[in-house]
Amino acid sequence: MDNKVVNVTFAGLGGQGVLKVSDILADAAFLAGLDVKKSEVHGMSQRGGSVCSEVRYGAEVFSPMVPTGSSDFLVVLEETQVVVNDHKLAPTGVLLTVNDIDMDKLSNKKSMNVALLGFLSSYLDIPEECWTKALKNNLPEKIQEVNFEAFKYGASLKK
Amino acid sequence: MDKRLFLSGNEAVAIAAKDAGVSLGVGYPGTPSTEILENFAEFGGRAQWAPNEKVALEVAIGAAFCKSRVISTMKHVGLNVAADPLYTVAYSGTPGGLVCVVADDPGMASSQNEQDTRRHAVAAGVPVLEPSDSQEAYDFTIKAIELAEKFNTLVILRVTTRICHSKCIVERAEKVSTEPVKEFIKDIKNRVMIPAYARMAHRKMRQRLADIQAINEESDFNKIIKGANDELGIICSGISYVHCRDAAPEANILKIGLTYPLPIEKMRKFAESVKRCVVVEEGDPHLYEACKVNNINVEGKDEMYRFGELDVNRVKRILAKDTTPEEPPKPGKPPQLCVGCPHRISYEILRDLDCIVSGDIGCYTLGVLPPFQAIDAVVCMGASIGMGLGMRASLPESDARRVVSVIGDSTFMHTGLNGITEMVYNRPETGHLVIILDNATTAMTGLQEHPGTGRKLDYTTANKIKIEDSVKGLGVDHCDVVDPLKDKDGLKALIEKRLASNDLSVIVVRRPCILALAKDKKMAEKNA
Repeated sequence: MDNKVVNVTFAGLGGQGVLKVSDILADAAFLAGLDVKKSEVHGMSQRGGSVCSEVRYGAEVFSPMVPTGSSDFLVVLEETQVVVNDHKLAPTGVLLTVNDIDMDKLSNKKSMNVALLGFLSSYLDIPEECWTKALKNNLPEKIQEVNFEAFKYGASLKK
Repeated sequence: MDKRLFLSGNEAVAIAAKDAGVSLGVGYPGTPSTEILENFAEFGGRAQWAPNEKVALEVAIGAAFCKSRVISTMKHVGLNVAADPLYTVAYSGTPGGLVCVVADDPGMASSQNEQDTRRHAVAAGVPVLEPSDSQEAYDFTIKAIELAEKFNTLVILRVTTRICHSKCIVERAEKVSTEPVKEFIKDIKNRVMIPAYARMAHRKMRQRLADIQAINEESDFNKIIKGANDELGIICSGISYVHCRDAAPEANILKIGLTYPLPIEKMRKFAESVKRCVVVEEGDPHLYEACKVNNINVEGKDEMYRFGELDVNRVKRILAKDTTPEEPPKPGKPPQLCVGCPHRISYEILRDLDCIVSGDIGCYTLGVLPPFQAIDAVVCMGASIGMGLGMRASLPESDARRVVSVIGDSTFMHTGLNGITEMVYNRPETGHLVIILDNATTAMTGLQEHPGTGRKLDYTTANKIKIEDSVKGLGVDHCDVVDPLKDKDGLKALIEKRLASNDLSVIVVRRPCILALAKDKKMAEKNA
């Protein structure tokens, strides 16, 4: 494996599950045996403000914060937050947003965050069993099935 | 035991405390430190919230006098509240493993200032350890306890927002020494800080620091990363270290873990080994000034980097001596009082009545933002009442009557009671009105219990201190309890009536936080 660190930034508003999907990605990378760091600022998220969470993984990761302009992927769960965060994207980076998701394809709209994570997964070199386990680790049992579906739908979207 | 874990800094401190046999954790909630004690409790530790940080540290000191291993947790401004016991326990020392975990908030993600706890440590005369990631948060917690026991001193573990809330991979230790048998050994000269004994204790404290400095010159708290050549050296600590590794992979790095008392000779030797040596640290120039005082030839950062957090790009700019203006951060959506939050009603009334509002620290500080803009001053925990009394004492009568102090229930338990005492003792001519917004939880930091909720940190039942009983006991003239959702007009009329009188009045505006109700339901299901 090469030494490149993959930088992913998730953004949205409090209550959308930004931190949850960043937890799942970090756990999947962790389960894949990689070094991984995750960074976010807590405290205000429950009160509906902007929320941002960053995950970095690879052979060896130092800073937990993605340097501005270095996100390989920017995943935005709420349209208004694109312009707030787009400077974080690397020139060659990929932007995935809520607009990539057809909400009618989701049996529960709350799983939009996981659908976007599924879409992201199709770009990343993390084994499927790590994703499955990470989803199970981080979601309560009664909502796992609907989120597996959402993840699968997202993963099928790669253009 | 699962050895490889993915943990936040706060979780790492908590699990290390558990592994090290810490028998008591005590603190007051404050972002970003809050989760340490909650996690410690989840891992099976005995954790408890104190009414404020001063009491928390005093409980910890008492436990450490009995040889306990004990952690006291707080945010940086909490250490100001606990500064009184801190500065004197620094003299007395304790035989126990006493560690004060203090979480700084550079950049003020959720604080009223960005003070640097290392300054307190220097002023008080206690050692400080600064971890740079979760692994070190784990390792240094254990080492802090060992250091505290070895030198009979309180040790500060200084973490920052990024350390607390970033997650990294942590390997747990195979074996950690166990807590000594608890006992109280009479030792008056080292426990009773009357002047005669404190004079001796001060000299002992300075000797202790000299001894720790001596071991720090060779200790494994500090490490050197060899660079590609001798062009550039960086002296750093805490989170800055990992930023430096990314920003300057070719540099030689001296990373300091025990940042007070400093390994001055090691720093000197390192600086002399490179052509250019730069100190990179977040916050105040603690390392830099120590270098200058000791004639170590280093460069510091420009003053512009004293403000806010550092990151990889800012470290690159420091190293390049780039002082061109930085792009301001793009404004995101600010937090606001929840839709349905009972505080909204109170702020609508105070805004409509054109009150001068002396405010306090908590969720309800959000009443300063539109559409309310109904708070006129906020300084620190509990200050609403004292500041309101100062305003009443200074303003002409017509304006004095507009002054209201607004404080939350947890903040009231923290340091609001003292303000009521002052109000009753130095009664303003126009009286005063204190509104206590009682949402039955410490909401802003994530719904923690406090002495007024009737529950302990672990959600078990506790004695409940009733706000109305306590203020009546102190001697206020009126204490009314109003549900703002049931009687908004009545609340408004009552506020107007109290403001028009010369009485000392408290109105408890009582309605549980909507988020706390959801949590209560969850906990009830869990415990059913």
